[in-house]
Amino acid sequence: MIRIGIDVGGTNTDAVLLDGTKVVAGVKAPTSRDVMTGVVEALRKVLAAAGREAATVDVVMIGTTHFTNAVVQRRDLAQTAAVRLCLPATECLPPMVDWPEDLRTVIGNHWYLAHGGNEFDGRVISPLDEAELRGIADDIRGKGIRSVAVTSVFSPVSTEFEERAGAILADALPGVHITLSSSIGRIGLLERENAAIMNACLRDLSQEVVAAFRGALADIGFTGRFFLTQNDGTLMDAAFAERFPVLTFASGPTNSMRGAAFLSGVQDAIVVDIGGTTTDVGSLQKGFPRQATLAVEVGGVRTNFRMPDVFSIGLGGGSLVVDSPDGVTVGPRSVGYRISTEARIFGGSTLTTTDIVVADGGATLGDAAKVSGLDRGLIRRARDRIAFMLEDCVEKARISAEPLPVIVVGGGSILVEGPIAGLELIKPDHFAVANAVGAAIAQVSGEVDRVYSLAEMGRDEALSDAKAKATEAAIAAGAHPDGIEIVDVEDVPLAYLPGNATRVRVKAVGDLHVA
Amino acid sequence: MSHKDAYPLQEADLLPLSIGAGFLGTGGGGNPYVGMLRSRELLRKGAKVDILPLDALPDDAWISEVGGIGAPVVSVEKIEQGSECLRAMRAVEETAGVSMAALICAEIGGANSMEPIITAAQSGLPVLDGDGMGRAFPEVQMTTFFIYGAKAAPAAISDDKSNTIIFRDIKDMYWLERFARDTSVAMGAAAGLAIAPMRMDFVRRSAVPGTMTQALEIGRTVLAARARRQNVVDRVIATTGAKLFFTGKVTDIRRELKGGFARGEARIAGSGDWAGCEGRIAIQNENLVLWIDGEPVVMVPDLIINLDLETGEPITTEVLRYGQRLAVVGLPAHDLLKTPQAMAVVGPSAFGYPELAFVPLALGPIEKGMT
Repeated sequence: MIRIGIDVGGTNTDAVLLDGTKVVAGVKAPTSRDVMTGVVEALRKVLAAAGREAATVDVVMIGTTHFTNAVVQRRDLAQTAAVRLCLPATECLPPMVDWPEDLRTVIGNHWYLAHGGNEFDGRVISPLDEAELRGIADDIRGKGIRSVAVTSVFSPVSTEFEERAGAILADALPGVHITLSSSIGRIGLLERENAAIMNACLRDLSQEVVAAFRGALADIGFTGRFFLTQNDGTLMDAAFAERFPVLTFASGPTNSMRGAAFLSGVQDAIVVDIGGTTTDVGSLQKGFPRQATLAVEVGGVRTNFRMPDVFSIGLGGGSLVVDSPDGVTVGPRSVGYRISTEARIFGGSTLTTTDIVVADGGATLGDAAKVSGLDRGLIRRARDRIAFMLEDCVEKARISAEPLPVIVVGGGSILVEGPIAGLELIKPDHFAVANAVGAAIAQVSGEVDRVYSLAEMGRDEALSDAKAKATEAAIAAGAHPDGIEIVDVEDVPLAYLPGNATRVRVKAVGDLHVA
Repeated sequence: MSHKDAYPLQEADLLPLSIGAGFLGTGGGGNPYVGMLRSRELLRKGAKVDILPLDALPDDAWISEVGGIGAPVVSVEKIEQGSECLRAMRAVEETAGVSMAALICAEIGGANSMEPIITAAQSGLPVLDGDGMGRAFPEVQMTTFFIYGAKAAPAAISDDKSNTIIFRDIKDMYWLERFARDTSVAMGAAAGLAIAPMRMDFVRRSAVPGTMTQALEIGRTVLAARARRQNVVDRVIATTGAKLFFTGKVTDIRRELKGGFARGEARIAGSGDWAGCEGRIAIQNENLVLWIDGEPVVMVPDLIINLDLETGEPITTEVLRYGQRLAVVGLPAHDLLKTPQAMAVVGPSAFGYPELAFVPLALGPIEKGMT
């Protein structure tokens, strides 16, 4: 199987071509404002470097931080209405109550509480009121809102209310994007609703971006299937990704860590991924990123996605270096993708970390003569500052005194001078494009999260039911039916509830089925 | 609010209070996050909540104990309508023919730390600086109020749909636990409960004092340590008088459900000073007993708190997972929880460990009873 993995970062678009498990070529191109130009350039470069024709490629996997960045930077987000089916429950905390004020304002703070929702055991909180929903639809139409997120209490137990309300709203508001929370998140009303609203506000953008990817692939003559990577390191097909852009959140760190494990052959390590603007540090356990145990925030919004436990600092190849009487500061501001015009070595006037490394002889890049006059003292202080920042975040990511190796990946890896925190340093081949490698090797998953009553069904029966459903979900998502593995099983008895209510979460993962 | 030690609760206090309440939850008590948001919304709309020390009000003032009753997992999904506890308190006032002067927490540990604050914000009453546990316990009768003689009735429970039920005659708190628990399940496992009015002179004698302030201070310590990048576990131990009993990695976690309660056991392989030792923690919603190499070293009612070794974040029993690295910290329970009367209600035998004679983790004197 010949695969291309692409990683669209804020600064660079990376591409790799894999033949089976062998990396044939890896390239970088600057990310373009329109996304598509950068992707086309990266694709052309990687095909040329590998000496292959587009028609020989079986499948393309794309990891993108585009949607995360849109939320973090509050740009390209659509006005969105949040409809919650709940009354009279949950009245005290309206949708988006725990969002940062600026983000809530950007998408309009439009919310509606309506009747509906379930109890934990499937009983009805209150019946759905169609007239009420049609009234809400009128209001939404009047405001010209084109994205709606529908969240019903206990929808992971019963999706019926969300589906009925979604149908009523779709009928009343033709052409409007509707996101149902049950198709995205798990139990935990606010977190699931947050994810659904963020998804809804990204729907216009996701149409554009997925179309740009499709256009870029058509442009180079690729006619096969393409996928996007999700936060857990698995794939979703393009049509699905267009409907669920929120699932791409945090896929970047996951891809780089999976890629680092693949490239180095090391399964337990600390991974330091240095990009243009930020450095992500996480820990790899048995080849997979360690998951965060607590609620994860994206752009200041609390979600309950399973995400890699990654610590980010504002240090990258494009980070600004500023000298002052109080000492030298590095980052968090960065020239980002404009490094190729704004950094001194590329003829610009901004002093970046890359300029410092080139001036110090640590890398051959751009025009070294442009930084030959830099003060030696400043160079040393800046490099010491960078080393201190890296050491600090590696120490934070360490979960034991065990001397784990540190794998350094990402385009900004030139910033690393020597061992960090005294640990063994690994810079694998193709380190600069580890993200794209992680995307290329991504698998396909299916997940189930629901409450079973063990009084009606034994524990074993409930677990096998959940496993079967997760396997079906993985196949539906494109996994090869052979060799699907159950990678995660969690059953938590729900305290204080009768009938031995137990919440079961199962995830099945398999290799992509290439027909 | 003329008392010198009284203070108004500010919005900025809510985050540290919720962190401290999570710590005092000793693994249970539910997540205070939702309650924190509810309190914050009320304060932002202009509500005022004063925290009063236990000597601020006259002996004959009536005090209301309120709290949420249900299942923690339900409380993060079917969030309350908002006035459940207020309706329950009003129903108790009406039935008993009294007017409440202040509220007090049944349980400072976990989500119930916030319920009296919410009811106070809605009713304009102050909240007393103390509670009935000094930690979290799983059942209604497990409070110092009941241990030292509080009446159970009239009590009331109210749900999101404004169904309000009054328990007019109830023999004792065990019966209230039974009826209120069943009623809360019928109500969708999320309801507000108010128990019988208590006189201030009784509350002064029987409440665990100062626990609102204690929770706040724990939370402030955690936040300050994080901001300064200090070791959170060390800072919390230093400021609370807690003691580090074990560090290690969870190697096994077993859970089962008995009688509606999540019981289980976590095994921890020792690390650092405890390398080569095995720790074992019994769980029943809260952490109950810590054994090291088979020897019980901390037991209920003393507090056993699992902190994330790196972040110092308290880890609730529901999210305890294989591979987590923990610092197991012990904190002595208040003396009111260690008397012979208290032992019958909240000692090891009350949780199904008759073979364990309670040995306090700190060598402080055990009070010889109380009237």
